[in-house]
Amino acid sequence: MKKFLMFLVVLFMANIATAQLQLNGAGATFPYVIYSKWFDEYQKKTGIQFNYQSIGSGGGIKQVIEGTVDFGATDGPMKDEQLAEAKTKQGTDVLHIPTVMGAVVATYNVPEIGKDLKLTSDVLADIFLGKITKWNDEKIAAVNFGRALPNKPIVVVHRSDGSGTTYIFVDYLSKVSEEWKSKVGVGTSVNWPVGLGGKGNEGVAGQVKQIDGSIGYVELAYAVKNDLPYASLKNKAGNFIVPSLESVTAAALNEAKKMPEDLRVSITDAAGKNSYPISGFTWLLVYKNQKDEAKAKALVGFLKWAFKEGEAFAPALYYAPLPKEVIALNEKKIASIQFNGKPIK
Amino acid sequence: MDVSPELQKTVSPKSFSWNFGDTVFKYLTQFFASLVLLMILLMAYEMYASSSLSIQKFGWSFLTSSEWDPVMDKYGALPFIYGTLVSSLLALVIALPLGIGIAVFLVELAPKWLERPFSFTVELLAGIPSIVYGLWGFFIMVPWLRSTVEPFFSKHVGFIPLFEGAPYGVGMMAAGVILSIMILPIIASISRDVLKAVPISQKEAALALGSTRWEATRIGLSYSRSGIIGATILGLGRALGETMAVTMVIGNRPVIKASLLEPGYTMASVLANEFTEATSEMYISALIEIALVLFVVALLVNASARLLVWSFTRNSDTGGRL
Repeated sequence: MKKFLMFLVVLFMANIATAQLQLNGAGATFPYVIYSKWFDEYQKKTGIQFNYQSIGSGGGIKQVIEGTVDFGATDGPMKDEQLAEAKTKQGTDVLHIPTVMGAVVATYNVPEIGKDLKLTSDVLADIFLGKITKWNDEKIAAVNFGRALPNKPIVVVHRSDGSGTTYIFVDYLSKVSEEWKSKVGVGTSVNWPVGLGGKGNEGVAGQVKQIDGSIGYVELAYAVKNDLPYASLKNKAGNFIVPSLESVTAAALNEAKKMPEDLRVSITDAAGKNSYPISGFTWLLVYKNQKDEAKAKALVGFLKWAFKEGEAFAPALYYAPLPKEVIALNEKKIASIQFNGKPIK
Repeated sequence: MDVSPELQKTVSPKSFSWNFGDTVFKYLTQFFASLVLLMILLMAYEMYASSSLSIQKFGWSFLTSSEWDPVMDKYGALPFIYGTLVSSLLALVIALPLGIGIAVFLVELAPKWLERPFSFTVELLAGIPSIVYGLWGFFIMVPWLRSTVEPFFSKHVGFIPLFEGAPYGVGMMAAGVILSIMILPIIASISRDVLKAVPISQKEAALALGSTRWEATRIGLSYSRSGIIGATILGLGRALGETMAVTMVIGNRPVIKASLLEPGYTMASVLANEFTEATSEMYISALIEIALVLFVVALLVNASARLLVWSFTRNSDTGGRL
């Protein structure tokens, strides 16, 4: 018993010693893998602990507004009302810092077509609006020249759970289709005109694999890891682009030139001849004016390290790294983080 | 709760004097018991309070509208209520005869050496986590439904609206079947216990009067009717609230279709799917109102089932006819 008590005391003391250097974060599930890697590597280097809970972007934004975490993470930028609410509740602006990029691909199951289906924005929108219902529709045939297309009904599969993947996908459809914009709109969950709902990437991919003639959308990383067939998509410049980490980084490169000051930007339907059009950033949410000096220093140190060394881990984990131009913008943002109104050394 | 004075006298000669321990014990247990009630009231109040935004905006139309559009902030719960009730009922329709059949076999017909391992296997089904049912349902049962069962129904009884449409595999039928497997052990094992509790003299009397084995079994069944209904209520309760397994196989589409082959959606599933990413106040409020509706539906189903038990036991003195 005595020994056990001693053990508890030691454990408790050890906790006090490190407790000051624990940063709590919560939010998006999509970047969880790379964030875990970063936190792990950075802890090995500096001893600073990170506790990140991947509860979803919506949850991350809520926690940042309520001030229950030291930083948040999201796949869709915070809305103006949310930023205003955070400012009144926490008394400081919230900075958006893009970390890596992901893409959403259209995955399908049509044995007759095989691996390289080509789609245009109109065709994709019409399929998900339920206007194109057969695989041998002439609109699909027009871009898949010389292919034997089967006379099969198209079964649409979408995410049933609210997710950043859905957000990027419908954000793209809204940009390319007026009808989608007015009828359905953009959100982490939407009122789908047609289709079956699957929970998570695995739910969508599972149904697509099982149902002959189906089409759905999943994260690029998920599709690559599981070797799913995915369609190449015609971009704004008119080229058919195979989704890949390079074509995603290319999309960001083109949009970086006209990034807004707060870095909240959607890069779907990006310009540039090599840009894959359904790409998006994922952001860390950081308070501009920090309340705790030690934590502020730790956070700034971590962010600097992430963009200097951390980005190198991205491709191996199937995330597209940021182009240098965006990293330069990030470094400016990080320099603006303050403690009690003073910049952090 | 109160013990009559006569009884106290016989039980404990000390009890005339005030006993501190007894009093403390009495109030302590009373307190524990009231905690349960308090918790339910608190939950109901909390859900009502947090959904006030949506209740004010939509009123009763929340229950009758079938539009669910998070982008436009328009919410109606009817397809979810429908999906919950239909999938649970379907599960009951499949599981009840099976469950009672298993119970009768185990109690009346099975040889002793078979009864134990058999009962154990049935109870084992109850211990499997629902995510495992979900995965099994999604990867094994759904493809089987899609390739074998649903085409069979389409071909032979496809003219009935109940079996119209393309076989997707996922849908209301898949949800009903997976739920029936999940509630089967509850119904079977409780029914077995209830049947076992039938006094042996009743059965012996029936057999002595020259009834067949089936007739004797029927007397046993009618004797344990209220217990079997109780088992059914418990099973139904699990079916109404089941989330993960259903979400994985029901197709998650908020529509009301007569056909069992079409996808549907349940209240528990929409909560599991959309709560984490709900950011607007109205959206959260509408989701909490769904939770409140689920709470009320479960309460109503339970209450009406209790009423059923009560009316049965009132009309029949012990036994009665089936």
